[in-house]
Amino acid sequence: MTRFIERHPAWALILLIAVAVMLWLILAVWPPGLEEAIGRKRVFLNAVFNGITLGSLYFLVASGFTLIFGLMRNVNLAHGSLYLFGGYIGYAISTWTGSWVLGFIVAFLGVALLGVVLQIVVFRRMEGQDLRQTMVTIGLSIVFADLMLWVFGGDFYQIQTPNWLVGPIELPLVTAVKSSGEAVYLRYPMVRLVIFVAAVVIGIAMWLALNRTRVGMMVRAGVDDRDMLAATGVPIQLVFVAVFALGAGLAGVAGVVGGTFQSLSPGEDTRFLLASLVVVIVGGMGSIPGAALGALIIGLAEQLGSVYIPTYAIVVTFLIMVLVLALRPQGLLARR
Amino acid sequence: MSLVQGTHQETGRPAAARTSWLAWPEFNQPAVWLVALILLIMPAIASNFFLIEIFATTLILGTIALSLMFLAGYGGMVSLMQLTIAGFAAYMVAVFGLSANANISLGWPWWLATPVALVLATIFGTLGGTLAVRTEGIYTIMITLAIGAAFYYFTNQNWAIFGGHTGINTIATPKFWGVDWRSDVPYYYVTLGVAAFCYFAVQYVSRAPFGLALQGVRDNPRRMAALGFNVNAHRVAAYAFASFIAALGGVLQVWNYRQISPGSVSVGACIDILIIAVVGGITRPVGPYIGAFIFVILRTFALDLLVKFGLDGNRFRLLIGLGFLAIVFWSSDGVIGLWERWRRKAAMKGGGHGHR
Repeated sequence: MTRFIERHPAWALILLIAVAVMLWLILAVWPPGLEEAIGRKRVFLNAVFNGITLGSLYFLVASGFTLIFGLMRNVNLAHGSLYLFGGYIGYAISTWTGSWVLGFIVAFLGVALLGVVLQIVVFRRMEGQDLRQTMVTIGLSIVFADLMLWVFGGDFYQIQTPNWLVGPIELPLVTAVKSSGEAVYLRYPMVRLVIFVAAVVIGIAMWLALNRTRVGMMVRAGVDDRDMLAATGVPIQLVFVAVFALGAGLAGVAGVVGGTFQSLSPGEDTRFLLASLVVVIVGGMGSIPGAALGALIIGLAEQLGSVYIPTYAIVVTFLIMVLVLALRPQGLLARR
Repeated sequence: MSLVQGTHQETGRPAAARTSWLAWPEFNQPAVWLVALILLIMPAIASNFFLIEIFATTLILGTIALSLMFLAGYGGMVSLMQLTIAGFAAYMVAVFGLSANANISLGWPWWLATPVALVLATIFGTLGGTLAVRTEGIYTIMITLAIGAAFYYFTNQNWAIFGGHTGINTIATPKFWGVDWRSDVPYYYVTLGVAAFCYFAVQYVSRAPFGLALQGVRDNPRRMAALGFNVNAHRVAAYAFASFIAALGGVLQVWNYRQISPGSVSVGACIDILIIAVVGGITRPVGPYIGAFIFVILRTFALDLLVKFGLDGNRFRLLIGLGFLAIVFWSSDGVIGLWERWRRKAAMKGGGHGHR
């Protein structure tokens, strides 16, 4: 952090001001002039919160994607299919047993198992052939998409939110002050906040696992130099399988999350594949903190964009990607 | 890049062949003349359905895939945005030309709208390429896929220029010299002419100094840079050339369907182009056309075939996906690679005097 400030004082200052402005916009009671200029504060706060929760969903999808890519150099273009598959599993389990949490567990295990099978049966055979692996994942995504269309049809599914999470919760953020002087607080769906917290917890757990454990050390070493790691006697194939399982499982969990606060249908797989592509391009490929930052930026940009410049929301996302590519092609938080 | 290694044999050979068009190896084989003849007299053989739905569609998709083949085979850059460039050209034809959406289309005559569309699409593709060359290998796939997807979502959202998710309908096609160029037989010859032009242009460029330098850049960019070649400029130029070819394909496509909507530039369609090129083989310009033929045949007849075998006819994409997987698994060079391997084996069995 301090090194960044020393190296790029101008950027650091701009960032600091941007963060300060954002905090002021969120915390302060807006003066009437501002409300006239850009609309009600409630709309803005909702967009920000939606952006952050959407970002946490993107993070769940993209962190698996970036982990797999970082270690195995495998651009898994079937990652979107894993997401959708997880969502469908979660839907099936939660409607069958009525338990939302069980849906998560089964989706994680099921998709992780699929990941293990893929890694052992398919990707292990073509190790080091990046382009061919990518082609295979494209083929797999087509096959999976059609199989899922076959089984689940083209309908929209939505996973039922459990009762204890239904309904809004009041947050200590003032959206407006009534003429009587009474403050109006922001009300926000509970389930989205829970999901946000869960994503943060998963992110921190992943960071800890990667930076504080022995397996995490192996994975980080593998990201840096796969061949050297194998040469030191680490069972690298096992590490590969474990990482692929984890990455796939996270996509499955994200599918359940997405199925709860959005919906599941054919085409969602490409949408989330694109989202994770953009997120890792922005954040830096192979970097977990990068995925978090990228997901936050893209989620906020999408939601704020769709509120304030509805026609061009997607262009904002795209422009961010172009800007990052132009200024820092390796991604914001990539080391190389 | 494992997928493009097969081209090496081709690189050195034809340095002398540049002097004369007729000295190209393609013209020495009777099979080539036979195929050309069949394609020329096709309207006399095939019904109009086959002419347009199978052969013209094959030529169009093949041309778009050819632009990908040029980038991937000679430049080592797998770009998934070639269909997006084609779609952009198609949209531009619709926007500048004449269509049922009078509030969008400017109503220019075709001879003005088409070149403008081609130029704009080439610029679009070159800009995309300039972005994409900042990255390498698999990163290029990601960036170009992201560009393609962004364009798809943009066309879906934008009503002012791109007509939202309904797109632009009833686009006028050229009529001059007393011929309606969209009626089946003239249209077939137009697509055949454009496809032949693109095919030979790619063949020519691959043997021109620029193409050879591009192949050098593909094989060893650092060495080429050390030799004084501007690596990125070569790559961007390759994108520009490929974009023009893709744009030609896009113009043909919009004339064929007379409408354009976001569905035509969806991510799935972008990936179809990759499938076509890879299934056909990305080491030779003829590969994409073979791939497109297989793809179109499958797309048109898989339904009937599957139903005949008592299966669900809607599983066409499953068939395509499995076929693609099989090709990627067993032949890194598509159908052409399989064919060459088979011929080599046959030649060896036949006492080794068969030529390769």
